Amino acid sequence: MRRSSTLLYSLLGFGYAFLYLPIIVLMVYSFNNARLATVWGGFSTRWYSALLDNSQILDAAMLSLEIALVSATAATLLGTLAALGLNRMGRYRGRTLFTGMIAAPLVMPEVITGLSLLLLFVSLQELIGWPGARGANTITIAHITFSMAYVAVIVQSRLASMDHALEEAAMDLGGRPFAVTLDITLPLILPAMAAGWLLAFTLSLDDLVISSFTAGAGASTLPMVIFSKVKLGVTPEINALATIIIGIVTVGVVIAGWTMLRQQKQLARPEAGH
Amino acid sequence: MTMVVNPGRRDRLWRGFVIATPYLWLLFFFLIPFAIVLKISFADPLVAQPPFSDFFDWSGGATDRVLATFDNYRFLLEDKLYLVSYLKSIKIALIATLLCLLLGFPMAYAIALTPYPWRNLLLLLVILPFWTSFLLRVYAWMVMLGKQGLINHLLMSLGLIDEPLQMLYTDGAVYLGIVYTYVPFMILPLYATLEKLDLDLHEAAADLGARPRQVFRDITLPLALPGIIAGCLLVFIPALGEYVIPALLGGLDSLMIGRTLYDEFFVNRDWPLASAVAVVLLLILVLPIMLFQRLQQEPDT
Repeated sequence: MRRSSTLLYSLLGFGYAFLYLPIIVLMVYSFNNARLATVWGGFSTRWYSALLDNSQILDAAMLSLEIALVSATAATLLGTLAALGLNRMGRYRGRTLFTGMIAAPLVMPEVITGLSLLLLFVSLQELIGWPGARGANTITIAHITFSMAYVAVIVQSRLASMDHALEEAAMDLGGRPFAVTLDITLPLILPAMAAGWLLAFTLSLDDLVISSFTAGAGASTLPMVIFSKVKLGVTPEINALATIIIGIVTVGVVIAGWTMLRQQKQLARPEAGH
Repeated sequence: MTMVVNPGRRDRLWRGFVIATPYLWLLFFFLIPFAIVLKISFADPLVAQPPFSDFFDWSGGATDRVLATFDNYRFLLEDKLYLVSYLKSIKIALIATLLCLLLGFPMAYAIALTPYPWRNLLLLLVILPFWTSFLLRVYAWMVMLGKQGLINHLLMSLGLIDEPLQMLYTDGAVYLGIVYTYVPFMILPLYATLEKLDLDLHEAAADLGARPRQVFRDITLPLALPGIIAGCLLVFIPALGEYVIPALLGGLDSLMIGRTLYDEFFVNRDWPLASAVAVVLLLILVLPIMLFQRLQQEPDT
């Protein structure tokens, strides 16, 4: 058993090295003065200054942030309703289709989702003259659609693991479903909704393929700009941008993870000896 | 609580609102679009009539081909490019899924064996890549694999090679990219099942004289099967239609079907044909997606 666990942990170490080495290398090279990746031309922050002067990238980042804020918020509302609809509303006709429509976007290849949404927007334009020019509006609708499924899954797993006793007691005491959801269920699923919002926000910020399909000629999100630059090869400004983005995300995830861990510990405290 | 409106009616309204809002959204923005893709892939023979005439004007040169119903599909069969693309995508997605399993299983197993304060840290390290940009992580491999990239540089300074190897823009790079970006999707469901495994069973089996290999084959593997299936589906399905990885890391000849569809749409601007490519891709995926849905449904029933 000893030998096999040594092997197991070496594979684990290899796995983490594999996951993190490229990112670390990218971050180190973002401070490289030379344009070529291999040559170390000394420490420099020139690519960061170049990034700050690049209005194309900054505009795209602003657009991406706006879309991500709106779509994550809408996706959280819709996804939470979907989770309640799947987990607290009993049986109804079409529930199976509903479950399917929640699970499918999680694995659907992006090219298919992107193409189908674009064809919808074009058909709608023909039929009712909406949505007019494609751009931030159509990208936002597309992002809401695929990310609400993620929110629904996160909130649903929280609902499934929750004790129904509190809600049932409230119902027994004459609480109406709406009030019970608002006063009892909502506070309990709030952390899951927050996690869902964050995931929807990052998914939206990161999406390239679906945005490319649903964007009109005018709108370029940050991933679209990044993609058009790196398609031609390694770009030092993008190294700097990547370092900033990954840095922000890492700090955020570590803080979130740490807070959750503390909460778990506080919750676990009464049952000592666990 | 004082009631103004009939409470029964208000409850029904609330229930209707909760179910109908997301339901209608998905119906309208997820399901109906597929129907439109299907319709356009058959390229309605009544091209000149609204509302589809404008469609085909948009697609430019495709007008002569869209006059007959099954022509797009016939073209998919006749032109070798598409068949090769589909087969190659299936091959790449299958092998990459297997590689993810080979790397992900020992990692998930090791995490499940680790005692608690450390286990959370290890899990956090698996989840972290989920939150960082997918596009930028694929791009990171361009920095590693390029002719002037780190790996070539290292190999040359060690004297192992004289001139840089062509690693970027090859199929090998595509495999690497897929395994790299999708392995967390394999580890998490595997961990979720392995975590619940009763390690007493292993000890019991060992006490009864089973060798470690037997324990693994007869106990661990069957019990971990749901996690293995879930992980494999979570990797295989999106990998099959992958666009970004072959576009950035693959060579010009690395025609995975996602890339073929994208190019058909954006470069050739042949919308009906791109739709037909999408429909066939979806048909290939119907079975795995249904299997995935059943796995998703099971926990709450």
